Amino acid sequence: MYSQTVMDHFKSPRNVGEMKDADGVGEVGNPLCGDMMTLYIKVKDDRIDDVKFLTFGCGAAIAVSSMITEMAKGKTIEEAKKITNKSVADALEGLPKNKLHCSNLGADALHLAITDYEHKRDGKPARKAERVDRLEHDHDEHCYCPYCDADVTEDMEYCASCGKKVKGGDFPVI
Amino acid sequence: MNIINLDHISGTPLTPEVQTAMVDAIHKNYGNPSSQHQLGDEAAEALQKAREQVSRLINSKMEKEVVFTSGGTESINQAIKGVALAKADKGKHIVTSNIEHNAVLRSLRRLRMLEYQVTSVPVDPYGRVNPKDVADAIQDDTILVTIMHSNNEIGTVQPIEEIGKITRERKVLFHSDAVCSVGVVPVDVRKLNVDLLSFAANQYNGPSGVGGLYIRQGTGLWPLLDGGVQENNKRAGTENLIGIIGMGVASELAAREMDRRIEHTRKLKEACIEGLKDRIDDIIINGHPEFSLPNLVSVSIKYIEGEGIVLMLDEQGIAVSTRSACAAGALQASHVLLSIGREFADAQGTLVLSFGAENTESDVDRFLEALKTAVDTLRSMSPLYRKAVGG
Repeated sequence: MYSQTVMDHFKSPRNVGEMKDADGVGEVGNPLCGDMMTLYIKVKDDRIDDVKFLTFGCGAAIAVSSMITEMAKGKTIEEAKKITNKSVADALEGLPKNKLHCSNLGADALHLAITDYEHKRDGKPARKAERVDRLEHDHDEHCYCPYCDADVTEDMEYCASCGKKVKGGDFPVI
Repeated sequence: MNIINLDHISGTPLTPEVQTAMVDAIHKNYGNPSSQHQLGDEAAEALQKAREQVSRLINSKMEKEVVFTSGGTESINQAIKGVALAKADKGKHIVTSNIEHNAVLRSLRRLRMLEYQVTSVPVDPYGRVNPKDVADAIQDDTILVTIMHSNNEIGTVQPIEEIGKITRERKVLFHSDAVCSVGVVPVDVRKLNVDLLSFAANQYNGPSGVGGLYIRQGTGLWPLLDGGVQENNKRAGTENLIGIIGMGVASELAAREMDRRIEHTRKLKEACIEGLKDRIDDIIINGHPEFSLPNLVSVSIKYIEGEGIVLMLDEQGIAVSTRSACAAGALQASHVLLSIGREFADAQGTLVLSFGAENTESDVDRFLEALKTAVDTLRSMSPLYRKAVGG
């Protein structure tokens, strides 16, 4: 299921850990869909000098976390802002369709960490690292069913094509 | 590398007798059991023999109450949709439980699109249904109760006999998904008072892709498959005779070996649970301590996610299963685990281990060792673990 690159990053993840004195912290995800990531950056001369992550998630989530820290390290802030979930997935030689949401995790965490750093740098009121509930939809993003690829709209709870649940929601499931 | 298979719920190996019978069947080139000429006679005999073997396993009154299907999922679909469509003029209300298999849940969801209503009864923290809740849920327009005999994720066995008495009294049809039970623990359809029972060969050393549906004589069902008159006019289509022959032999063996297999797997289950409690902190063993499948252990491991464990153990040649959302290809946690009160995060870190006749105590030891390493590694990366131990 996973590419060699993904398995490599899963078995030997780079930059695991936390930073007590980070310049920026980004926290994303929630246990509801099984992925959570915290990303820490240290910035020197407008460059990301060091980066660390902690992740609760599947093989893809861990691989994404590891890859994105590798991609971000040494980049300028502006360069790092250009890293997207697609570029992470590509760097990993692709992810299975139903794991693409894991790649969003990495990019979101990095961008949140950068935003956090910028807020601190610009003297804005100290802002607690924000948690983003990834079940919220980015309205510009194309919505598709992760099982059968059919289009789904914002308000759909179940995919009209295959009947599977596409939104986290209230329980029980019937 | 010799793989240690601790995921028998996904499928069991064919015993040598089953393999031999199926290979013989392949070489024999059986005709079509429905043919009127000699080429069909031997095939019809072989089909009948398999039917008798299965009938004995579940103690049905008549052999023709056993209908062969393509597996548990088809049986479940047939039972639920078949009753719903046949009884639509009597009522459109169905009672089920919160922890049924997806084949049940999605069949019911499909029926809801046709205006059927469903009441789903809750379970206690061990996964047990209270028969009184089922009785209270039955209305005048209830046409079916469907409650699983044992649960594939946590192993809990339900009070089917008691529920059966209620449905008998209230004159409502009763179906039970017994896919994880038949061939593993004693299942007697007459004792249980069920009208319909779904089961599958791959749970007890038979081939995948073949299963059975017990339909009590006199139960009216709309067949899902229309066509010829096979399976007593309940399921059209030329039979998967090779698979059915395998299922028949597996059924005979299961009946004969059941006590021994239960004894063997139960020992492994106990050793596994003890070992888990000894070696790994912050775990929850799910399911009922008494009313439980003898071969299944469900353990929620805090602060880590299940697929990670599966991959790490797979590298060591150990096959286990997880119910994490990511691994199941779903986007939400297991409804079964949430129903028994697990938090979302703990549900994500849940492993299901299921033992078979060929597993040994040393398999369990190797698993526990590899698990400890995997858990330690994943916890060292986990923000949840960091928070818990105070980072």
